[in-house]
Amino acid sequence: MSNLPSELRYLSSHEWLRVEDDGTAVVGITDHAQDAMGDLVFVETPEVGSSVSATEEAGVVESVKAASDIYAPVSGEIVAINEALEDAPETVNQDPYGDGWMFRIKMSDPSEVEQTLSADDYKALIEEEA
Amino acid sequence: MLIYESSQPGRRAKSQAPANTETPASIPASLLRKQKALLPETGEMQVVRHYTNLSRRNFSIDTHFYPLGSCTMKYNPRGAHRAALLPGFAGRHPLAPEVHSQGFLSCMYELQEILKDVTGMKGVSLTPMAGAQGEFAGVAMIRAYHEARNDHERTEILIPNAAHGTNPATAVMCGYKVREVPVLDNGDVDVAALKELAGPQTAGLMMTNPSTCGVFERSIKEIAEIVHEAGGLLYYDGANLNAILGKVRPGDMGFDVMHMNLHKTFATPHGGGGPGAGPIGVGERLLPYMPTPIVGKEDKDGEETYRWLTDQDIPDTIGKLSAYMGNAGVLLRAYYYARVLGREGMHRVGEFSTLNANYMMKKCEEAGFQLAYPGRRATHEFIITLSDQAKNLGVTAMDFAKRLLDYGYHAPTTYFPLLVPECWLIEPTETEAPDALDGFIEAMKSIQKEAEENAEMVKGAPYTQPVRRLDDVKAARELDLVWKPAASEE
Repeated sequence: MSNLPSELRYLSSHEWLRVEDDGTAVVGITDHAQDAMGDLVFVETPEVGSSVSATEEAGVVESVKAASDIYAPVSGEIVAINEALEDAPETVNQDPYGDGWMFRIKMSDPSEVEQTLSADDYKALIEEEA
Repeated sequence: MLIYESSQPGRRAKSQAPANTETPASIPASLLRKQKALLPETGEMQVVRHYTNLSRRNFSIDTHFYPLGSCTMKYNPRGAHRAALLPGFAGRHPLAPEVHSQGFLSCMYELQEILKDVTGMKGVSLTPMAGAQGEFAGVAMIRAYHEARNDHERTEILIPNAAHGTNPATAVMCGYKVREVPVLDNGDVDVAALKELAGPQTAGLMMTNPSTCGVFERSIKEIAEIVHEAGGLLYYDGANLNAILGKVRPGDMGFDVMHMNLHKTFATPHGGGGPGAGPIGVGERLLPYMPTPIVGKEDKDGEETYRWLTDQDIPDTIGKLSAYMGNAGVLLRAYYYARVLGREGMHRVGEFSTLNANYMMKKCEEAGFQLAYPGRRATHEFIITLSDQAKNLGVTAMDFAKRLLDYGYHAPTTYFPLLVPECWLIEPTETEAPDALDGFIEAMKSIQKEAEENAEMVKGAPYTQPVRRLDDVKAARELDLVWKPAASEE
């Protein structure tokens, strides 16, 4: 069973987000997602300063098997991206919840976090899909 | 091994060299290169050996059964090559006057008519140079249609999530937002979800039928009605046209625009990335926007003559997509193929490609392989999933595929469509005889046995090919496409 930290929130499209004390949210893809995709060869993150809307595409991940959109879990402005992924997309495979983070959003509506899934809900979802 | 690596200074193929090597005085000095071009210096024999050896390493339709799903790797009849190489065609200059090109133009005109007839479309333009460019032309025409009606609110293209990746890429290229339509577990489009998604913002819907799941979309009439009622147009991706050729026509299903992959359905070669041909067909509403040029026929003083129709004739055209009119040699091969088949033979393409696929599907099922859509009849291709083998034996769809090469069969398409885990998409085409199909099934049974008895061996395959398993992750991460001479690396 894949690793699902209970302090994170999740999307059914396999992104995680972590709400930080400063009101920003860090986004990545789950351990389950990186495992299903296989070795990643390319990660496209949104541009810093751009705005994203909840559940809309914000980036792309590509493996040798597949390409998949990354959805923004919440609306807001992109305040940081993980530039290291450009040269080392494999970081997402190695450490999806840590060094493999993708971008940081300054949330415009923090209540949107409530729309996302808890670790238990997400776990139930991927078990159902399996 | 690259031809550059066998280069030796001073080696030449004298008998092949041009007789006149003087630089024409009419080329301005500013356009002449200052340094010698970096070209391989080899003798004629080295060139012949190099390419002959490369071709012997090739896994191709001319040497092996090649059931690569969604690619329609059917045999390319040699007669088509011979016809396209007739001196009158091969030596024709694309700017030759129409009066000197009547033979070529008449073939192109007839090809347009045949494609119209077999797809149920009202107009055909042959110019797009590949399927992807045909898609681009098709969606550009959808855009032109809405814009001509001052209908500027349509910003979305609907695409079932089983679609080929080119469909969303095309929609985005043409400035649209993609809305995914879910597909049900039985492979059909979720009509209820489509109803929710279609509306005044819908420019159109792109889909293949039969779908990428290898099943015929049973709700196509309802889908067409929903999209048309919302004011959108229907785009038919011709990738899977082989399954229905001569049997069902996209025009009759309600599609407004489509492309055809001649290198699939009409047996022209799948060259290494080209040249291809992706003609488009349109219904009544999109006739004014077709890409130019198109070949027209006129009756002049009782004599039939052919001429290019350009933006003078089609003022609202989306424009030209190639310098002249697509890949003439490929179009000629498709024309030859269509004429040799005739109306009779065209029916049999659809019949035998689906018969072969259903035969193989049944045999796979009997051999214990898991079908992705059990209970559905296959079209020209079908899907099996090897997720049990991956879970229980640790042998994945990719491992099975690599081992298949050792048995002398090209692997089917792996890991596509993305909806089905550990899948193979198998498309035998109509040109294979039953013994090839049976041989393939026997190889699969044998690999299954190997996987149960010696999984590690299967995971290390292939063993008999010019190269072992390639590191495709490294190849994708560290793209290295430009050869440099050893000296310049210092």
